[in-house]
Amino acid sequence: MKKDIILAGVGGQGILSIAAVIGYAALEEGMYLKQSEVHGMSQRGGDVMSNLRISHEEIASDLIPFGKADLIIAVEPLESLRYLPYLSNEGWLISASKPLENIPNYPEIEVVLDAIRGIPHHIILDADVMAKDAGSAKASNIVVLGAASLFLGMEFSKLEAAVNYIFNGKGEDIVNLNLRALRAGKEFVDHNQE
Amino acid sequence: MQKLLLLGDEAIAQGALDAGLSGIYAYPGTPSTEITEFVQKSKFARENNIHCQWSSNEKTAMETALGMSYAGKRAMVCMKHVGLNVAADPFINSAITGANGGLIVVAADDPSMHSSQNEQDSRFFGKFALIPILEPSNQQEAYDMVHYGFDLSEKYLVPVLMRITTRMAHSRAGVVTREVRNQNEMHLPSDLQQFVLLPSIARKRYKKLLNNQPRFIEASENSPFNTYFDGSDKSMGLIVCGLAQNYLRENYPEGEIPHPVLKIGQYPLPRKLIEKMADVCDEILVIEDGYPLIEELIKGYLGRGLKVKGRLDGTIPREGELNPNIVAVALGLEDTCGLPVPDLMVSRPPSLCAGCPHIDSYNALQETLDILPEGRVFSDIGCYTLGALKPYEAINSCVDMGASITMAKGAADAGMIPSAAVIGDSTFTHSGMTGLLDAVHEKSPITVLILDNATTAMTGGQESHAAGRLEDICKGLGVEEEHVRVLRPLRKYHEENVRIIKEELAYHGVSVIIPRRECIVTIDKRMREKFKKKKA
Repeated sequence: MKKDIILAGVGGQGILSIAAVIGYAALEEGMYLKQSEVHGMSQRGGDVMSNLRISHEEIASDLIPFGKADLIIAVEPLESLRYLPYLSNEGWLISASKPLENIPNYPEIEVVLDAIRGIPHHIILDADVMAKDAGSAKASNIVVLGAASLFLGMEFSKLEAAVNYIFNGKGEDIVNLNLRALRAGKEFVDHNQE
Repeated sequence: MQKLLLLGDEAIAQGALDAGLSGIYAYPGTPSTEITEFVQKSKFARENNIHCQWSSNEKTAMETALGMSYAGKRAMVCMKHVGLNVAADPFINSAITGANGGLIVVAADDPSMHSSQNEQDSRFFGKFALIPILEPSNQQEAYDMVHYGFDLSEKYLVPVLMRITTRMAHSRAGVVTREVRNQNEMHLPSDLQQFVLLPSIARKRYKKLLNNQPRFIEASENSPFNTYFDGSDKSMGLIVCGLAQNYLRENYPEGEIPHPVLKIGQYPLPRKLIEKMADVCDEILVIEDGYPLIEELIKGYLGRGLKVKGRLDGTIPREGELNPNIVAVALGLEDTCGLPVPDLMVSRPPSLCAGCPHIDSYNALQETLDILPEGRVFSDIGCYTLGALKPYEAINSCVDMGASITMAKGAADAGMIPSAAVIGDSTFTHSGMTGLLDAVHEKSPITVLILDNATTAMTGGQESHAAGRLEDICKGLGVEEEHVRVLRPLRKYHEENVRIIKEELAYHGVSVIIPRRECIVTIDKRMREKFKKKKA
């Protein structure tokens, strides 16, 4: 099994936490992993992306070639579209719907969402509201991960264990919040995709 | 033996800890910062008294590391590529003095300029200094090369340069660690004059360095990091270094690369291996991140009119970092692409955080721009450089650490009066102090705003050496006490702040204004930690 994943968002939205959870679960499965991150200037509210590759076979490149990504997981709708050249024909785009408008020329949100709807395989979810229902809007990144979980080729319980491990240092409340967020994302897809 | 998931930077740090490091020296700079931070967070480093505090700048870091090497212990000094410009003097001369305890200099290049003002290639510095260079192609090699590098340094008593790129530094993968080696005992150089670079001694030391060159080449020819893989299609040979090897392999998913491949991980170039390739291949394609260093070298030194392709003939773009697609095109393989980016896309540049003290400083400064010649302001390197972008557009320069003050002085010398400079607290203690002394010496009509957010913010909030010292430093350098003014950059003090800036711009001499308020990100971090401790 091999999955090439683009994680996209705005600096500070927690895409590296998504990567950490998937990465931990993959390592527990005995898989290889390469993950390229963005640090530095862009983290100040700029666009950020991460290349995450997991595979049972050894991985060559740190970067995913264009047109080869199995998944784009985005915590912001405009950012989900920025990396479309990476997406393969069969690939899925999973994005949160709530825009982060920290630029003056942010396009009409309906136009952005329509562009996502035009992509053959896509899921849009209101991760912000679902995260609030789970306890805090801060967990919306993990809601999006929950929605993406069906496409990762891993047992859901492995991701739950990874959430447990990654957030363990922040206390039981935070672990449980993120577990609820993860499940909410998965259930949304379970109910809406046939 | 343990398998860890590490960033390239972290692999280097872990490698150093396991290879008997006694001290790491650095000034924060993307993409090198995490090497030192990893050591700072390490329990093992604390327990074993490994030095890991930040230095004022890359030059002091390099010199301090050289001092530790003099004392016989293993030292590492880390910096971003432009930091090596700052450290160039001690770096180049450390090749002449040589090392005693193992000394590794890590320079992190930033092809594509993700977080930098240029994409200079540090391998040229290594070549310039005539010392061995190591260049890892993955995290495991980054880890292993530190151990190897310290041995190499101690074998030839010479500093070793380790060159990485952003993608190497900030990419994560599994690393298998090895047994921990003890630190060196203190032992001083037996030659009392080894480090005394008086011309008569320096000539001898330089001769020694030159005489070592064939040994360095031989070490490269026998290096485990330089490998020749044969291939049946000899119409073209491939030379790859760093991550280029990975992009190459990505293009042959079945594993079999038809051409002979020479993978370079250690310099000076392994001459015999390159000649071996030149003997059997019609032409050579060089795939390297950064400048065309290998390409230029092999064109010249083989002296046999060999056809060499790479960045110089346009086979590979002259600028920017490599990726699997660029390599595919260079090999004549099929390029791939997903869907186009929709036309609605707009760029999302980084910006100052909501609540950032710099916003209030810039808002005040902007009201005084009509006093300045065409409203021009010199500035520097840090978060506040974002003040060049909309909506502020308040500054007009960002060149190198500390240049705001000296450029303002030079412009004032030319008649741009008054002249203003904006610099951060940490940048000021990095390289701004000496420039301020020049201005004081000539009583230049400049006003320097030192935006004091009590941290090195852009690289993630490292401690600033300026903390609690700024006024004393400025007064000590000779700025008159009544022209060292401290402001609170808050909206409620806006009118007062504008008035003070105007007053100092009107003064025909050196003024320093210090808008002081802690970075909003470090406050947040501090409060969260405090809350966590309270809860626990």
